[in-house]
Amino acid sequence: MISDIFNLAFLTGLIGATLRMATPIIFATLGEIISERSGVLNLGIEGTMLMGAMTGFLVTLITGSQWLGVFTAAIAGILLGLLMAFLAVYLGLSQHVSGLGITLFATGLSMFIYRLKVGSPTVPPTVDPFKKVVIPVLSDIPVIGSSIFSSYLLTYIAIILIPLVSLLLYKTKVGLKIRTVGANPFAADTVGVNVNLLRTLCLMTGGALMAIGGSFLTLAHQNMFLIDVVGGRGWIAIAMTIFGNWDPVKGAAGALIFGVLDGFQLRLQALGFRIPFHIFLMIPYLITIVALVSVSRKATVPASLLKPYRREEKGS
Amino acid sequence: MTYGKEPVVEMQGITKRFLDVVANKNIDFSLFPGEICALLGENGAGKTTLMNILFGYYSCDEGKIFIKGEEVSLSSPRDAIKRGVGMIHQHFTLVPSQTVLENVIIGAEPGRWLLIDKKSAREKLIRLQKKFGLLIDPDAEVWTLSVGERQKVEILKALYRNVDILIMDEPTAVLALAEIVELFKTLKALASENRSIIFISHKLHEVMEISDRIVVLRNGEVVAERKTGETNVKELANLMVGRELLERIEKKEITPGERVLSVDDLTVLSDRGLEAVKKVSFSLHKYEILGMAGVSGNGQKELAEVLFGIREKSGGKIFIKGKELKDGNPHESIKRGIARIPEDRIDTGLLMDLSVEENLILEVHSTPAFQQRGLFNFQNIHNFSETKIREYNIKTDNRDAPTKTLSGGNLQKVILARELAGEPIVLIACQPTRGLDVGAMEYIHARLLEQRDRGCGILLISEDLDEIFLLSDRIIVIYEGRIIGEADIHQATREQIGLWMSGVEEK
Ligand SMILES: Nc1ncnc2c1ncn2[C@@H]1O[C@H](COP(=O)(O)OP(=O)(O)O)[C@@H](O)[C@H]1O
Ligand SMILES: [Mg+2]
Repeated sequence: MISDIFNLAFLTGLIGATLRMATPIIFATLGEIISERSGVLNLGIEGTMLMGAMTGFLVTLITGSQWLGVFTAAIAGILLGLLMAFLAVYLGLSQHVSGLGITLFATGLSMFIYRLKVGSPTVPPTVDPFKKVVIPVLSDIPVIGSSIFSSYLLTYIAIILIPLVSLLLYKTKVGLKIRTVGANPFAADTVGVNVNLLRTLCLMTGGALMAIGGSFLTLAHQNMFLIDVVGGRGWIAIAMTIFGNWDPVKGAAGALIFGVLDGFQLRLQALGFRIPFHIFLMIPYLITIVALVSVSRKATVPASLLKPYRREEKGS
Repeated sequence: MTYGKEPVVEMQGITKRFLDVVANKNIDFSLFPGEICALLGENGAGKTTLMNILFGYYSCDEGKIFIKGEEVSLSSPRDAIKRGVGMIHQHFTLVPSQTVLENVIIGAEPGRWLLIDKKSAREKLIRLQKKFGLLIDPDAEVWTLSVGERQKVEILKALYRNVDILIMDEPTAVLALAEIVELFKTLKALASENRSIIFISHKLHEVMEISDRIVVLRNGEVVAERKTGETNVKELANLMVGRELLERIEKKEITPGERVLSVDDLTVLSDRGLEAVKKVSFSLHKYEILGMAGVSGNGQKELAEVLFGIREKSGGKIFIKGKELKDGNPHESIKRGIARIPEDRIDTGLLMDLSVEENLILEVHSTPAFQQRGLFNFQNIHNFSETKIREYNIKTDNRDAPTKTLSGGNLQKVILARELAGEPIVLIACQPTRGLDVGAMEYIHARLLEQRDRGCGILLISEDLDEIFLLSDRIIVIYEGRIIGEADIHQATREQIGLWMSGVEEK
């Protein structure tokens, strides 16, 4: 049986599954990193992903266009990011409470809209999911060719986004401003950066990425919408943000590791061990907890995370 | 006062209210090209507020501002920077995790489109550094720099924006003597380039040394304006405080009593694992103030922290009234009668988000008077805190106000009230008046002497020689972790102590 685990077909399958499982988490993690680097913890992530999953699915169901679905999902994510900004940035409410509130709200709203449009048929409707895009030549490489270079376009986009977000944060003017706003908003304000506007923009961008990650779940990973389709991936993205020490490359690496574990447990299930499959489901989450405990001690949190910024306030 | 030149800044009739305080009342202020103008006033006089208005950080309720002859309305620092106004705040506006270069260029990054042109940014920075002698590695991360170096980064940040009106809010508060000398050189160089500088301070000697003109603020109003050459420290003090200062506090002669603290061959490691305190021995007696003079960073902090119980020693022994003190346990230090005034009021001394009352009971909250069966007795706690607030004249809205709303002097009073409540045997006071204004300083000094007269032994760790000479009965000097000299107050001279502080040993 052990030899079954490590044959070539298994490996090919594992790499493919890894990328598929990691894609939504990479999107969400990058979105969360952008938000948190600007100083706002967005716990609305889980709800935002669900909203993206639902919106993407419904729009595709109605129009038949998956890309229109993804686009609308991103818009929904932007709106939820804006709501988060209103509560946590402009009103200065607790970021924990605002974020959890948004997750609860978006979860309810997603379900509501879905029911309104679809009702509750015994067999849930399905859409035509995205097709894998096979890259010529590269996909002929053995093992990795048929797994990596035969993925969904959104997966390629997610991979390309990793260095792009890194570039944005570390090499661009706006990136320097984002990092400063997250570390010392007073410093940013005194050199003429509009702190609250920038935080809002980051939340909107982050929201869009989270929602796109969500839409991958209903348009590629699966082809239908179920209420538990996100299944805690938003929280995993929060964990990966910390695990990656607020760095896009490290955070995405964390997401990939999670994808490997998730892909691995799927493969193990498929091999038919006589163990309840729930045990396998738990593995990636358990390892995440262990990794977090060891890594988070050394983490360097953006210094002004969780702190709303007001100008005419004492001690600000 | 005529200067024969047009002012670069003119503020007319500036009024600013915060909820219930009027921080600035109808203030007129002007600044001339190439001058260093000192804004002198006690804490809370309204200096920072006035300058924040000029910097566009606060908006004023009434009044007009002219910059270079043009009336302006400043709605954010961006507007002020565009007109050449830069401000270096009392609390640095740097990001410790970023490099010097990043900190300097933020908001004024060169480069087309999105990307930062680091090369030309660096060249410009290095050019400025050379010109003004402010040499700091552009790629060093700010957390690795000393306070003095950080301030240079702040100055470079302003110069990088080509500021010709530079506001410095209490720039010397955090600097060591040598750093102040350097800063003054830089300021003079800037002024000689026809840039104008506003130097905020409440330290009279400094103001006399650096400025061309002095504007005195009290309770939100301008009370006087003087040419520096035409006034003196005494007049300024009276103007600033609004009354005659005590020339010299009275100090009773008392013969010291039994030994209350003795330190034998104490060795302590710093955070970086180096020996910060090297085999130090001294003793402290009842009815005695032992002044430990020395430039900051010579091991005082580590020594105090061991006595506070928040750092472990690596060798030697400490005795309180002849019984050995276990180290690394703050509770033990408190129980054995050590009162602690830390050097850093905000980070170590107080919990700024908690209320005044909560800070007052921090060390005694679990005693039977305040706690029974795990529950607080709020009746007693309220009585206690009300009494302390009255007794120490702590200016706060009420006992429940968050501590961060208090001014520096009042923060120190909260610490004093807390620490002296238990009638301590030994008091370790670290830089107890650093950053405080004259009024608050007088108050703290009086309280320290009162404790001494009660019988408390006080170890006064300070780099302020005035303070050391004013209060001490005996002086020891610490240099590079060793006690380099000792003198009785009646024999000690400033020259000798100064020499010891700079490491010159007797033959
Ligand atoms: N942001 C603020 N909110 C409320 N009160 C303030 C604020 N800033 C300053 N004050 C009050 O205004 C007065 C003047 O303060 P400030 O300008 O900081 O004085 P200074 O710089 O001379 O020490 C003080 O009473 C202070 O408590
Ligand atoms: Mg001030």
